[in-house]
Amino acid sequence: MEIPYTKHTLANGLDVIVHEDHRLPMVAVNVWYHVGSKNERPGRTGFAHLFEHLMFEGSAHHNHGFFAPLQEAGALLNGSTNADRTNYWEVVPTGALDLALWMESDRMGYLLPAVTEARFETQRDVVLNERRQNYENRPYGLAGMAIAAALYPPDHPYHWLTIGAPDDLRAATLDEVHAFFRAYYHPANASLSLAGDIDAARGVELAEHYFGEIPAGPAVNQPAPDLPPLAESRLVLEDRVELPRLYLVWRSPAMFEPEDAELDLAADLIGHGKSSRLYKTLVYEQRIATDVSAFQSSREIGGAFQVTATAAPGVSLAALESVITRTLADVADGGPTAAELARAAAQTESQFLYRLQTIGGFGGKSDQLNAYNVFRDDPGWFGHDRQRYEAATPAGIQAAVGRWVVGQPRVALSVVPRASRALALEGSTEVRVS
Amino acid sequence: MSVDRTRLPVPGPQPPFRFPAIARRASANGVDLRAVRHEGVSLTTAALVLRGGFAADPAARVGITSFTADLLDEGVDGLDALGVADAVARLGGDLDIDVGPDAILLQLTTLERHFREGLDLLLALVTRPRLAEADVERLRQLRLDRLRQLKDHAPALAERAFARAIYQDHPYGHLPLGVEAAIKATTAADIRAHHAALATPGRATLVVSGGQAVEALLDQAAAAVSAWTPPPNDTQLPDGQAPPPAAPLARLVVVPRDGAAQTEIRIGHVAAARATPDYHALVLLNMVLGGQFVSRINLNLREQKGYTYGVRTGFDFRRGRGPFVLQTSVQTEVTVPAVREAIREIVEIRGARPVTGDELALARASLTLGYPRGFETLQQVARAAAQLALHDLADDYFEQFVPRVEAVTAEDVARVAEAHLDPDRLAVVLVGDVSKMEAALPELGLGEPQVVAP
Repeated sequence: MEIPYTKHTLANGLDVIVHEDHRLPMVAVNVWYHVGSKNERPGRTGFAHLFEHLMFEGSAHHNHGFFAPLQEAGALLNGSTNADRTNYWEVVPTGALDLALWMESDRMGYLLPAVTEARFETQRDVVLNERRQNYENRPYGLAGMAIAAALYPPDHPYHWLTIGAPDDLRAATLDEVHAFFRAYYHPANASLSLAGDIDAARGVELAEHYFGEIPAGPAVNQPAPDLPPLAESRLVLEDRVELPRLYLVWRSPAMFEPEDAELDLAADLIGHGKSSRLYKTLVYEQRIATDVSAFQSSREIGGAFQVTATAAPGVSLAALESVITRTLADVADGGPTAAELARAAAQTESQFLYRLQTIGGFGGKSDQLNAYNVFRDDPGWFGHDRQRYEAATPAGIQAAVGRWVVGQPRVALSVVPRASRALALEGSTEVRVS
Repeated sequence: MSVDRTRLPVPGPQPPFRFPAIARRASANGVDLRAVRHEGVSLTTAALVLRGGFAADPAARVGITSFTADLLDEGVDGLDALGVADAVARLGGDLDIDVGPDAILLQLTTLERHFREGLDLLLALVTRPRLAEADVERLRQLRLDRLRQLKDHAPALAERAFARAIYQDHPYGHLPLGVEAAIKATTAADIRAHHAALATPGRATLVVSGGQAVEALLDQAAAAVSAWTPPPNDTQLPDGQAPPPAAPLARLVVVPRDGAAQTEIRIGHVAAARATPDYHALVLLNMVLGGQFVSRINLNLREQKGYTYGVRTGFDFRRGRGPFVLQTSVQTEVTVPAVREAIREIVEIRGARPVTGDELALARASLTLGYPRGFETLQQVARAAAQLALHDLADDYFEQFVPRVEAVTAEDVARVAEAHLDPDRLAVVLVGDVSKMEAALPELGLGEPQVVAP
């Protein structure tokens, strides 16, 4: 089980990766820029994501929206930004590959003449509305901001979310936006992956043709901030919600680091689906929670292990907290059972198989090749990734939960209905987010 | 050779694509069996369509179909809910149970080597669920909790108020979850009776897909359904075919949400059924109006005005007449201008600014050239075949799609816009901070707002 590929680096530093899969008459084009909200600074957050919007509005030689010509060619396209990277992709009919590469290369090499004050202001309004829709007007939608702010100090780039702060977005100037583009959006800080109905040699040739002329751009220093130990905190956030919810969060290993996979498996074991330990105890047997989940969210320079549970009506968050704490301690003491391990093995096998099904889009093969290339400098890391899970042992899972979670400092956030502070964990201090 | 940046490259010819062929077999007990071969990764999938979705809810028990569907994987034979989840996980499985307006769709994808066990488990869930009293009570509480949580969820409030406004007591007039009184009144005996009426071989289509030859797939599907016995008598259940109301309950419905950062909006009316001969022309019309990023309404409200993160329209094609609906969420201050612009676009596409040749060409090309993309994964292929079954469409439908879309003319689009969009029947639902918009609401000219509690 792997994703076969060819990799070639152009003279300007652009990595080009090609994977052949001729089942559909389609090619997936996927571009990663190694820039995300992690490359922003306090007071100017939200830039990387705002950029993602601007990259669809036009470039010097096609000074109109990017959607129309690509959709007319039968393409599907989108982009996304997170703390560590920005990706752009199209899935195009084979005959329209040149069109997609022309457009991707034009916005990599010649974007700025098209980034005008008017476009900038409109997209800033769109982004502010995205923030209202997905964070401010959504139940529990501000919890992520409160957690990030508590888990990392103010000068650490995981302290803020990718969507950014409204005041920062309003304060940003067009000059700053242009400078941000020049610093990060160039071939040497990018990776291009093509997957689908394309011959490998032809793919490299086309990439050279369209992207070869773009200058490399300045070297990028990725942030490596100091991280003082986490100070334990208990926070309460009032929100427009009916039922209180508890978030327990620990710092954990960064992506692909030792014990990242073990904690991922531990999260599944305690909080993924109805066969998990916490669902069984909290939702099924004691019926004190309406839902529970757990995950290991690992990023480039740090991870977070999070358990979330929503209280049933009339139940205090303290009751949930004690069950969660005990369940985690049980895993650290006894590890998974043989049955749990067998289940996890089958799930790992199928999850990796699911990932081989699509050539493009978020999480498709082209996206994965770029992820491994950017974060591991090895597009072929799919097999290693799977091995991390297959090699995980009960003792290893036990040790990882013991080392990172049980007894370690954590952020405990209670989100409670308005005027219901009493439902929070005892001793919580009020946190404000907007 | 340097890149010619004076013009965009013109796409070259497209290689042909063979759409998946559907093989069929009738099972003696009435189950409609279909198989589609799809090679690639070593997974298999089984999609079971049970005709009878939330429209099958009796009026006094709205929500019972989804309640029943929720219980299907809560226990079977010797397994309780946790045991079922464990069994699915051990097959490397992914089980999805979806309650639509006209059908329940259960889909179980497993590792290929567990195909037959997966099929047997899926059939067990559908035909022999425990529907035990204790499980009913436990799920009743979870459903009531979920209902309560929806009060915080603006999109859910908007959808519920919209369905009610345009369908009223019609079987499409409620959400799958139902309402509090009905959830409380539904007994385990009601659920068993509903299950007996709904989960019959005559209502079922089973689609299987994987890397094996279709005959082998069908053999295993046939074996898995063979023990499913038809009931002595078929029970009639409500469905979406009943005629919907001619006009909405109110043209303007407001759900108050004090201090909300945005107004959640739905605009629409009852429109066409999937069986309409105008289907392909309506799909094209919608692409131009609000069905894609470059649609008129999205370019206007998002790309020109920055009012919203996005807006889309759609005809929700069902077995009965489904809704046409516009959905968006806008900054509170621009609620009224956004609604006026949206309605203006709907009015003008029927008259003052009909769909142009260029717009039609873009929409047509986008739909036809991109069509093969929908047949990439096993799950997509099985679901596409299941949709054909649900809507009684021919086995060669996939082959026919592109020629049918290509045959639609600008005149056809103008005609269906006139016939299927009716600005005078549009209902507008606003979920948001009433105090900040009520002064401007009369400008909409939609009469007194009907205020609905969250």
